[in-house]
Amino acid sequence: MAAPPRPESLALLDRLVAALAAKGIVTEAEIAARQAITDRASPEVGARMVARAWTDADYRRLLLTDGAEAAERMGATMAGAPPLGVLENTPARHHLVVCTLCSCYPRAVLGYPPHWYKSFAYRARAVREPRAVLAEWGTAIPDDVEIRVIDSTADYRWMVLPMRPAGTEGWSEDRLASLVTRDALVGVALPKAA
Amino acid sequence: MTPAFAPGTRVRVKDHWPERDGPCHIRTPHYLRGREGVVDRALGAFANPEDLAFARPASKRVLYHVLFDQQPVWNEGAPQDKLLVEIFEHWLTPAEQH
Repeated sequence: MAAPPRPESLALLDRLVAALAAKGIVTEAEIAARQAITDRASPEVGARMVARAWTDADYRRLLLTDGAEAAERMGATMAGAPPLGVLENTPARHHLVVCTLCSCYPRAVLGYPPHWYKSFAYRARAVREPRAVLAEWGTAIPDDVEIRVIDSTADYRWMVLPMRPAGTEGWSEDRLASLVTRDALVGVALPKAA
Repeated sequence: MTPAFAPGTRVRVKDHWPERDGPCHIRTPHYLRGREGVVDRALGAFANPEDLAFARPASKRVLYHVLFDQQPVWNEGAPQDKLLVEIFEHWLTPAEQH
C-alpha cells in the first residue's frame, strides 16, 4: 500500500524553517530543543506545583508571587517562556482562563493546549457567559462566588491554583497531585476527592 | 519603567480601531474598547507587540492587569462576575470623574 501523500502544510513548514535558518534567525537544532521542552511539559507539572502549594505554605507564597521560579523548582524549563502568573481560587472567587485573541496557554507547565481551548466557541463564550460554559463542564459555581475570567491577551501566561478538596487531610503530595487535572488548572473543572 | 496608573485607578480603554486604517497587530480585545475598568496591578514592561509583529523597533510599554465588571460589557451575566485582562498603558486613559 502506498504511503499517504505528505501534507502540503509540512512542505510549507520545511520552506519556512529553511528560510529562517538561511537568515540566521533560528537553527533547526534550536527548534528541536524547544520542541523537546514543550513535549516534556504536561499538566502533571502544574499538578505537582498545586499539590506542593497545598502542603507547603512557603511554596504557595512563591507560586503566587513568582510562578516561573516556582515552576523551575518543579523541573519545568522556563528559559525563553513568558512569565507565569498563578491565580488563587478561594471560597469567594473562582478563576477561569481563556485567550480570546488566539490560544495563549501556559505551555511550560501544562504542555500543549487541548483543542477546545483553541475553539471559537470556548473563546467567545468564556468571557461572555462563563457560568453557562462551566455548567456544561458540570462545574457549578455558587451565586455568592465571583467568577473572574482571565483573558490572556498579552505577555503573561496564567494558571489556576484550585482549592484543596475536603476529605484529603493527611494525603501525600503524589496522591494530591493525582486529583489535579489539566481542566482544573484552566478553571473549567474543580478537583474532587472521589 | 514607572507605571502611570496605580492599583485601584479607574481607567478607560481607548475607543480606537486602528485595524480600520490598515494592517496591525493589537492585543487589546474589541469587546473592551471604550470600556471602563479598574487597574488591578502593573505586570511589568514588555516590548510593544504592535511594533514587534512587524519587526519594527519595539519600545517597552507597561502592561497592566485591568479588572472589568462583566455585566456592563455584555448587558447580561451575573453582577459579581469580572473580567481580568492584560492591557498596555498606551491603550488606557484615566476614567472621567463622576
